[in-house]
Amino acid sequence: MKPFKIIALAKQVPDTRNVGKDAMKEDGTVNRSVLPAIFNPEDLHALEQALLIRDKFPGSTVTILTMGPVRASEILREGLFRGADEGILLTDRAFAGSDTLATSYALACAIRKINGFDIIICGRQAIDGDTAQVGPQVAEKLNISQITYAEEILAIDKKTIRVKRRLERGIETVEGPLPILITVTGTAPRCRPRNSRQMMKFKHSKSASERSEKDEEYLNLINDRPYLNITEWNVNDIECDRSLLGLGGSPTKVKKVDSISFQTKETKTMNDKDEDINSLMKELIVNHTIG
Amino acid sequence: MNNICVYCELDEGKIADVSFELLSKGRKLAGQLDCKLEALLIGHNLSGFEKQLFQYGTDIVYIADDKRLSPYTTFPHTSIIVNLFRETKPQIGLMGATTIGRDLGPRVSSALASGLTADCTELEIGDHEEKKSNKIYKNLLYQIRPAFGGNIIATIINPEHKPQMATVREGVMKKEPVTDYREGKMIILDVKKYLDDTDFAVKIIDRHIEKSRINIKNSPVIVSGGYGVGSADNFNLLFDLASLIGGEVGASRAAVDAGFTDRARQVGQTGVTVRPKLYIACGISGQIQHLAGMQESKIIISVNTDPNAPINKIANYVIHGRIETVLPKMIKYYKANTK
Repeated sequence: MKPFKIIALAKQVPDTRNVGKDAMKEDGTVNRSVLPAIFNPEDLHALEQALLIRDKFPGSTVTILTMGPVRASEILREGLFRGADEGILLTDRAFAGSDTLATSYALACAIRKINGFDIIICGRQAIDGDTAQVGPQVAEKLNISQITYAEEILAIDKKTIRVKRRLERGIETVEGPLPILITVTGTAPRCRPRNSRQMMKFKHSKSASERSEKDEEYLNLINDRPYLNITEWNVNDIECDRSLLGLGGSPTKVKKVDSISFQTKETKTMNDKDEDINSLMKELIVNHTIG
Repeated sequence: MNNICVYCELDEGKIADVSFELLSKGRKLAGQLDCKLEALLIGHNLSGFEKQLFQYGTDIVYIADDKRLSPYTTFPHTSIIVNLFRETKPQIGLMGATTIGRDLGPRVSSALASGLTADCTELEIGDHEEKKSNKIYKNLLYQIRPAFGGNIIATIINPEHKPQMATVREGVMKKEPVTDYREGKMIILDVKKYLDDTDFAVKIIDRHIEKSRINIKNSPVIVSGGYGVGSADNFNLLFDLASLIGGEVGASRAAVDAGFTDRARQVGQTGVTVRPKLYIACGISGQIQHLAGMQESKIIISVNTDPNAPINKIANYVIHGRIETVLPKMIKYYKANTK
């Protein structure tokens, strides 16, 4: 059986699931700096599916690709600790302000630079936007098939892949041709934890922007152990039409943001005393809201 | 030309509610823009379906009918929409934010290099002045949705790219048949012209769709739980109260993410939008995305230990207390005072 080349897409996101009180500034905007930056949860589920294929077919490789600021190298290391073979960081100011279409274009250009692939796999959506658009858009840009909402990869051979999809109220088994892009839902198995051997191996891995060119000791280390180098590409490293990148390449624009003012109501506040609750229930029954 | 086109999706052989809701919204937008409302229906055995679409004031119905188009798969539906849109050049394209719409929408938007805004909670028409270039854009689609972090609402526009595309969740827009039924125009598409055989590379091997799904959308009473409920066990209290007073159980995203209950019960921007007579929010703090999905409830009761929970601001009644204390008291009173 021939090995598979798998690209796992990942995004570093602010942990919007654990937004504390200090996460909001007084002007009503989000204080990103206090939110921890994490590996987007569904991308981790996707990474696990990639690693499962790799385990089954020796010689297969899993490359994690992320686009983001230099700090996003953190999730590449996280992925390496959990078993990925290689990480690629796509970072440049030219990508700033990208909407989903400009993001998927940049990712597709980076994927073309990677030497071939059989499967691209990523989470269904990222928790900071919930759009679920980038996966299918990357597939369209690369003109390959897509299978979204995947929960389990059931079978794979050199030409086809069979996948179980989780729909709103049911499941569907589909078969598609390789190469293909697959998006994975949070109902898929969780990603394996960090592996101590992988952690030892990749502990000192860094992207070019993270290391100082003056640190000779580290440069020597990288010479001995080239796998410690996290590949870093900027806009000059990929073949692309710059007018399609970043804010300028994004068809959607934010016209304005408003703080929300919900219609506040005249509120009656009460305690959990029997008479309070009883009188409220009585009112609801009498006016036929319930009963 | 330059009309509004709604992609209508089929749910086990019937036109999905979300499509009728989008047509109802599209009808109003078309009135404002003085353009026509179009519906595109792709599937098999569709004869007679156009009448249902005309009930929502659709002017033109496009039908693509072929055995291979049902059930839905990505490529053939994408090809038909993309090729049709290239011919008809709609200014606005709408679809449901369902598993189908979320599979299809981004693929179509990428092929047409047009913008797509997911999960809009409101759609309006308005102008835009680009200060830098001093350019004025008339009659754009304002795609309005809660944005990152949740206490802001963003208005998104696509000034330079058509169609302006948006997805909307089921239940967000109101389904409103028109009072003056008019037979519009029906155009049967020559499917062969829009597809080629490579569009059928992905095959469905097997499908299991459950018939009865949890349906909180139409329930007159919803007892909804948040992270503050604390556990799946405590959710049973909500189920007890709901079944007693003839309601359904809803949940906030935090409660669903924590595994307290089913995702199908999630109320809010990325869940279901509800407008019940009574909404009892138990241990829900009230992030904007949640409020967006229930603020139109007629009576809102918030049961919370936190007197400053944001949801209290939009509640008619706030009961300051613990779920474990308050709900059994409600149950007890109801049992004792109704037949």
